[in-house]
Amino acid sequence: MVGIDWFLGLSAIMFTIGIIGVLIRRNAIVIFMCVELMLNAVNLSLVSFASHHGNIDGQILVFFALAVAAAEAVVGLAIIIAIFRNNLSVDVSKINLLRW
Amino acid sequence: MIVYLFILLAVLAVGSALAMVINKNVVNSALFLVLNMVSLAGIFLILNAQFLAVIQVLVYAGAIMVLFLFVIMLLNVGDEEKLFDKFRVKYFLAFFLAVGVMGQIFYSLAGVTDMLPAISENMAAIGTVEAAGDVLYTKYLLPFELTAILLTAAVVGALMIAQHKIKRTENI
Repeated sequence: MVGIDWFLGLSAIMFTIGIIGVLIRRNAIVIFMCVELMLNAVNLSLVSFASHHGNIDGQILVFFALAVAAAEAVVGLAIIIAIFRNNLSVDVSKINLLRW
Repeated sequence: MIVYLFILLAVLAVGSALAMVINKNVVNSALFLVLNMVSLAGIFLILNAQFLAVIQVLVYAGAIMVLFLFVIMLLNVGDEEKLFDKFRVKYFLAFFLAVGVMGQIFYSLAGVTDMLPAISENMAAIGTVEAAGDVLYTKYLLPFELTAILLTAAVVGALMIAQHKIKRTENI
């Protein structure tokens, strides 16, 4: 049987890969996908705790996190489309409207 | 048997996540993220969370990633050519920051690793659609309805943002 610490370790590694992706990529869509990866890593941690406690509340929380992630993806992609229509780029180093 | 399956799925998940980060082509990145989510659904099955495994494939790999691919192809985003062609201090900084975060998580995990619970025996009856729906429509009915309002608001907001006409002639 696989112990819970292996699942938590996998979750930590995936979260770290997500952080690296957010920090080094400059395409806004890829940054967004890395954020989804980090959300998935935390979901895995929640599900493993829920399974090992034998309690379904953690899985319900993951369900709501999925719904919020779907809403967030829709709004974020709409913002990316709006930015692209404004200055024809999704490169975050070229978007400097709020930078001083 | 379960252990080998877990190792296979974990290697697949980590490998596809890494491939997503270092791939220059955006479409390939999105497809690697789909692979990552499908292997994560398999790990959910190992954890006896059948309902969430199905939802993960349907909602994440099915709906959200199709939306991502749709936007990528709509915007016709080019490859990020100069991703690794020259050395940057930023990459090292990002790497060490992320390794610091991971070390902190592992350190806090190592402190409690003997207190973590073993997998529960009655889990096979808990992760099913029946059990999830039973809790979802009784104990969590109000958050469930609020989720519907949230999704409606998200759709309306996305339409508002994406349809907004930018007046370019104004400041020329």
